[in-house]
Amino acid sequence: MKSKYDIIVIGGGPAGLAAAVEARENGINNILVLERDVELGGILQQCIHNGFGLFYFKEELTGPEYAQRFINKVNEGGIDIVLDTIVTSITVDKIVSIMNTEGKRDISAKSVILAMGCRERTRGSIAIPGDRPAGVFTAGTAQRYINIEGYMVGKSVVILGSGDIGMIMARRIVLEGGEVKAVVARSSFPKGLTRNVVQCLDHYDIPLLLSHNIVEIKGRERVERVVIAQTDEHKQVIPGTEKGYDCDTVLLSVGLIPENELSKLAGVDLDPKTGGPVVNESMETSVEGIFACGNVVHVHDLVDFVTEESRRAGRNAARYVNEEFNREGEYVSFSTSGGLTYAAPQRFRYSNLPDKLDVFMRVDKVYQDQFVILENEGRELARFKERHLTPGEMVKITAPKEIFTGCEGKVRISLVPRGDKT
Amino acid sequence: MYDVVIIGAGVSGGTVARELSRYNLKVIVLEKETDVSCGTTKANSAIIHAGYDPEEHSLMARLNAEGNPMFDRICEELDVPFKRIGSLVVAYDEQQTAHIEALYQRGLNIGIEKMKILSREELRVREPNISPDAEGALLAETAGIIDPMLLTISLIENAVVNGCELKLNYTVTGITKEDGIFRITGEAEQDVEARYVVNAAGVYADVVHNMVAAPDFRILPRRGQYFVLDKSEGAVVNSVIFPCPDKGGKGILITPTVHGNILLGPSSDDLEDPDDLMTTAELLGKARMGVRKLIPSVTTRNSIRTFAGMRARPDTGDFIIREAPGTKGFFDLAGIKSPGLSAAPASALYLIGLMENSGLKLLEKEAFNPRVEWKLFLERSDEDQNKLLKENPLYGRIICRCESITEGDILDAIHRPVGARTLDGVKRRCRPGMGRCQGGFCGPKVQKILAREQDRPWEDIVLEKKHSYILTGRTK
Ligand SMILES: Cc1cc2nc3c(=O)[nH]c(=O)nc-3n(C[C@H](O)[C@H](O)[C@H](O)COP(=O)(O)OP(=O)(O)OC[C@H]3O[C@@H](n4cnc5c(N)ncnc54)[C@H](O)[C@@H]3O)c2cc1C
Ligand SMILES: Cc1cc2nc3c(=O)[nH]c(=O)nc-3n(C[C@H](O)[C@H](O)[C@H](O)COP(=O)(O)OP(=O)(O)OC[C@H]3O[C@@H](n4cnc5c(N)ncnc54)[C@H](O)[C@@H]3O)c2cc1C
Repeated sequence: MKSKYDIIVIGGGPAGLAAAVEARENGINNILVLERDVELGGILQQCIHNGFGLFYFKEELTGPEYAQRFINKVNEGGIDIVLDTIVTSITVDKIVSIMNTEGKRDISAKSVILAMGCRERTRGSIAIPGDRPAGVFTAGTAQRYINIEGYMVGKSVVILGSGDIGMIMARRIVLEGGEVKAVVARSSFPKGLTRNVVQCLDHYDIPLLLSHNIVEIKGRERVERVVIAQTDEHKQVIPGTEKGYDCDTVLLSVGLIPENELSKLAGVDLDPKTGGPVVNESMETSVEGIFACGNVVHVHDLVDFVTEESRRAGRNAARYVNEEFNREGEYVSFSTSGGLTYAAPQRFRYSNLPDKLDVFMRVDKVYQDQFVILENEGRELARFKERHLTPGEMVKITAPKEIFTGCEGKVRISLVPRGDKT
Repeated sequence: MYDVVIIGAGVSGGTVARELSRYNLKVIVLEKETDVSCGTTKANSAIIHAGYDPEEHSLMARLNAEGNPMFDRICEELDVPFKRIGSLVVAYDEQQTAHIEALYQRGLNIGIEKMKILSREELRVREPNISPDAEGALLAETAGIIDPMLLTISLIENAVVNGCELKLNYTVTGITKEDGIFRITGEAEQDVEARYVVNAAGVYADVVHNMVAAPDFRILPRRGQYFVLDKSEGAVVNSVIFPCPDKGGKGILITPTVHGNILLGPSSDDLEDPDDLMTTAELLGKARMGVRKLIPSVTTRNSIRTFAGMRARPDTGDFIIREAPGTKGFFDLAGIKSPGLSAAPASALYLIGLMENSGLKLLEKEAFNPRVEWKLFLERSDEDQNKLLKENPLYGRIICRCESITEGDILDAIHRPVGARTLDGVKRRCRPGMGRCQGGFCGPKVQKILAREQDRPWEDIVLEKKHSYILTGRTK
């Protein structure tokens, strides 16, 4: 490890790896990737199921296989990898402080790429009442115990949350000889990918209780029982619908939160809607030369999109280091409404736009036959047809640069039903 | 044969054990749980009260007033985090203003120093987020916050280092007295004999008392539920803030913790079962609403945990610290409800005084060592850090990213004289699992370290209670 680098990448998951590789392909040969785990690959190392790479590699890989493709590329040279090392702070001047078994150290960089991923919401953050026994796990922790450490977390399980990790874990538990009593979701629709509902729940006859919630956990030492009740359209419990389910384990798949403690230390502005940094067309944060990509920016459901976005970050960090970055003109920002909860990137400078800009969004509920319409000051810029939109699947539009010519202020993005004449 | 057996390893039993370890006595602490500090001492508001609150002339008032000033020295000797951040009792109208003035007067009568009635403006300078409706407050500068679990662990560790014995997983089920000697029986455990017994069994103090002495008091359990908020909310208040007390007690308070989180609660739920530590949506909801009256901007969206503790409320209304009538040598340290933590050091001295009057010989040891050294790696000086790293590079590996706890810290927690054997035991000693990810990230790692260091299979490691197993076996 040297004391100065052109680019330091924080996090060796798929985001960090793709960004590092892309920066090298763009001419930077002095890159450092810092990873706190003892191996590269991030969360993918525990995702031993299939379903990665369908978009990017056009084939079905497991998580570790997908990660390995990038690990191989990173190892082709020009990139220093330092494992088992945690980044403890980053300053606006891009001094990165690290700590490992050799001690504490500061390293400086011309550019930093944030790729720290996300963490899981816990029981405490949703305040499920009841006893506090052993046997309540977040789905990701259970996944780690089972897939990495080789231990089972329980025999009969209730899962709260219909996100992808929860559904994937439901299937995993069954394959390991356990029983899944139910997957319980507060929403009236599954939060994860449709393919996971089919492949992980339907194929194994696991009941999916939509518009339900766990209202109490019982058991003084280990979980013995949960009480599940129906919820109304405001997600409030309907009294009288409570039903007990005997089980020894509760898994929670109730959301992911981008991991931005370091970003805050670096003075990076965060978007309350995504929980991640505000980024521009180049994946640059509000601090010049600090870029961000992957789950640290907004929670992705497909690693393929992480890879694309991270390549954009890597490419632009390289341009920044090579002083090719264009800062002409004012920012134009996206504002979302009408069912869209956020857009990433949040803003762009026209002068710096690539030929085509990918914009990622999420919807608040299920929609059929919609237009995603982009407008600036009352002028429609473009519309994109969407057949089926669900909160579990990110919406991605690819907008040609030309449509943004002459835009100022805010570009409004909204959903309009296709039947409507607007 | 022991001179003294102490039943219960909470803060009450812990302070007595440490004080007795100054003398040439053979002392043992018996505790039913897998670790020390697993009862009420692990689930309370963690406030060292100034002492204006208890009824004048009560034992509570006297021992709180005497106990509070003793914490600086104890915490310095035992390396326990303690901060005198001051407390406020907020008044909203004339009636409440009159009430806080009465509290102030009571405090003066009891002998509490450094109190002051704050005006509207003074209150706002101190607490910018206070409700616009607040008219003023009683400030008590000597109130503080502490880590009661670390305090108790360190007290007992210090006692053990000075020769006291500790037996965990020992549930006392019977006590008999013959020829001036007490025989303590435990569930499937060897009997223990002693000349003196200290009953510091918390919510079970009446049960233990009745094993050998004539029943003359009852413990009425009263539960209190809390939210713990993330450190990101840590700056929302600077002091311990109470509403004006009413019949229900001190009411819903909000306070920083010594580690930088925010605590809000407790509810006040009367129950039959002293072990029913459930939280309930209804009462947590009330606590949340209650605290908004004090600090309107506070939300529980950044809650990282909810929990509940059980008050050991005596039906006599005051601490019961005495030699049990008719049973010479048997001492109650019972009904230790709030401010039991604040009073603990004084209560121990008071109790030991009574024991001495009853014939216990107190001969000081020459080699009593009052110190426990216990610091987390990242709290140490650079020089110390470099030295430690040379001794063991594992001090450089962070295991808990939320609280910045290293593998070296965890090894220390495990290998301390009163070391951790459970996940929660590690958590109480050095905090992995206390932070915002609640052990999601570090839990498996801590389990691995425990298994490795104690040469036990992973499945053997429990969360806290005997049967709180985490894993059910190997995968296929
Ligand atoms: C359980 C689960 C199942 C999934 N299933 C699928 C699927 O079936 N198909 C699919 O396409 N996608 C799936 N995904 C999504 C995809 O895998 C993720 O979106 C992707 O892994 C995110 O990549 P990342 O690099 O942003 O984050 P991560 O993979 O989380 O990597 C972040 C890395 O940063 C490191 N790091 C963090 N902080 C620091 C620090 N301070 N210092 C040093 N290092 C640090 C971490 O150790 C980690 O290695 C799944 C995700 C999860 C969580
Ligand atoms: C909600 C709440 C808030 C509070 N807030 C404050 C505050 O802010 N400030 C303050 O000063 N005080 C406060 N208190 C009071 C304080 O927490 C208690 O006074 C103190 O912790 C009591 O300690 P203890 O050692 O007496 O009891 P415990 O900590 O309960 O210890 C008793 C021990 O005895 C053991 N035991 C019981 N029966 C047996 C048996 N048969 N055999 C062996 N072992 C046995 C138990 O397992 C337990 O470990 C609060 C209390 C509650 C509940």
